[in-house]
Amino acid sequence: MSSDNTENLGSGPDLTYQAHLNKKELFLPKCLVCNEFHFYPRVVCPHCGSFDLEWQALSGRGEVYSTTVIRRKPERGGNYNVCLVTLKEGPRMMSRIDGIPAEDVKIGDKVTASIINNDGECHVIFSPSQEA
Amino acid sequence: MAHDLRGSSAVVGVGLAGCGEAHGKLPLDILAEATHNALDDAGLKLSDVDGIFTGSSYHFMPGLSTAEYLGIKPRFTDTTMVGGSSFVAHTLNAAMALKTGLCDVALVCYGSNQRTAGGKLATMSEQQIYEVPYKPRYPISSYALAAARHMHEYGTTREQMADVAVAARQWAKLNPSAFARDDLSREDVLNSRMISDPLSLLDCCLVTDGGGAVIMVPSERAKDFPNKPIYLLGTGTAQWHRQITQMPDLTTTAALDSGKRAFAMAGLTKDDVDVVELYDAFTINTILFLEDLGFCAKGEGGAFVADGNIAPGGGLPVNTNGGGLSCVHPGMYGIFILIEAIQQLRGDCGERQIADSEVALVNGNGGVLSSQVTSILGTEAVL
Repeated sequence: MSSDNTENLGSGPDLTYQAHLNKKELFLPKCLVCNEFHFYPRVVCPHCGSFDLEWQALSGRGEVYSTTVIRRKPERGGNYNVCLVTLKEGPRMMSRIDGIPAEDVKIGDKVTASIINNDGECHVIFSPSQEA
Repeated sequence: MAHDLRGSSAVVGVGLAGCGEAHGKLPLDILAEATHNALDDAGLKLSDVDGIFTGSSYHFMPGLSTAEYLGIKPRFTDTTMVGGSSFVAHTLNAAMALKTGLCDVALVCYGSNQRTAGGKLATMSEQQIYEVPYKPRYPISSYALAAARHMHEYGTTREQMADVAVAARQWAKLNPSAFARDDLSREDVLNSRMISDPLSLLDCCLVTDGGGAVIMVPSERAKDFPNKPIYLLGTGTAQWHRQITQMPDLTTTAALDSGKRAFAMAGLTKDDVDVVELYDAFTINTILFLEDLGFCAKGEGGAFVADGNIAPGGGLPVNTNGGGLSCVHPGMYGIFILIEAIQQLRGDCGERQIADSEVALVNGNGGVLSSQVTSILGTEAVL
């Protein structure tokens, strides 16, 4: 690679995404051609092929698209939820719903994102929306 | 006009080995034994093989490892890796290589010791970094999410999914080589331990050892061998995602496209199909693929599989060896559906034989409903 890329070291989409999470912000690349957000963050819009992207904030509002309870023995931590959430702005991500029992998460539930720090790594999780 | 590849190559030998438990054997030992059986079946020697098509969860460069182990120096090697569907995809690549003279005898082969090596799914897969923090279980949670969504949108029930497992077991009971042949009822499936809702233990495929091999040659030579040749009429591939978060619609798989492509190449429709072999890693797979391949409308797969319709004596024979659910599933299953289809068309299936089978459809699945590869095979009657 040419030395022109030196200034870009450390600014790839995953690092940018994580840097926003570290500031408790949910940002994703939005395509300036087709106006669609995408997840996971890439250097190219998977909807239209454009490389003309801009990082923008999301509302954090979403809806449970599908959900599963992973069964685990109580002594190993008990059952937990894994779900797919479709964000209001369009992208879908894997996450979990906190604040209610894993078994009570239902497809179509309105949820709101929060960002948690798990041993120094920030992740997006969701909880039931208050107004829902 | 017929596609250039339609019927241009034929299967002249198949072999299985180590299905169930192959104590003390390594993956390539099992692959080599299956190859030996396929070559015997075709009346060929290892030195006749000049094209290798293989995939592996154990060998980073499986074409090199396989050819080295077998002691052959292939002119053409293809290790297309689309998970469990790879071996069905290899039929298309083999047909292309045979048609263009890049090789004369193609060996599609696989072997795994997953069960006796401890039962853990061998994988060289990279971590899915945007999924792993939430601790999904691979691959079951991805299929569970698809099943939950199908139930939500179409009212599909656990009972209907259980009927997929029951039908598979009824076929397995007619197959002396199947691994699981005990009685199985809908209630047994429903009452088995829940793993990742809505999928319970008996919604999941077996973990076995096993290997399979298929020998293909150009059709012009197909009658030079002892067996009734089975012609490759069409193969279609399709892929829409890698990880489940990226699957556009969890109730529709890329088999929608792979099926259309395979039927178009074959110049046939679903009404021509006598026997169907689908990659049933989980009970929901069978339902999704029957819908996406056009055997029933979207959303009606649950009703279609219920009450024995895909079991022996039902309306459509599906997974006649017992499937991944009850016959064999050593990590990747694609080669085994291919072999069962060929054996059905040859009329070699004994008690489970579907009478007068001329056309078989095979649908391989790879990743987490990610890669779909459909092949249509037929006898000389439909060439």
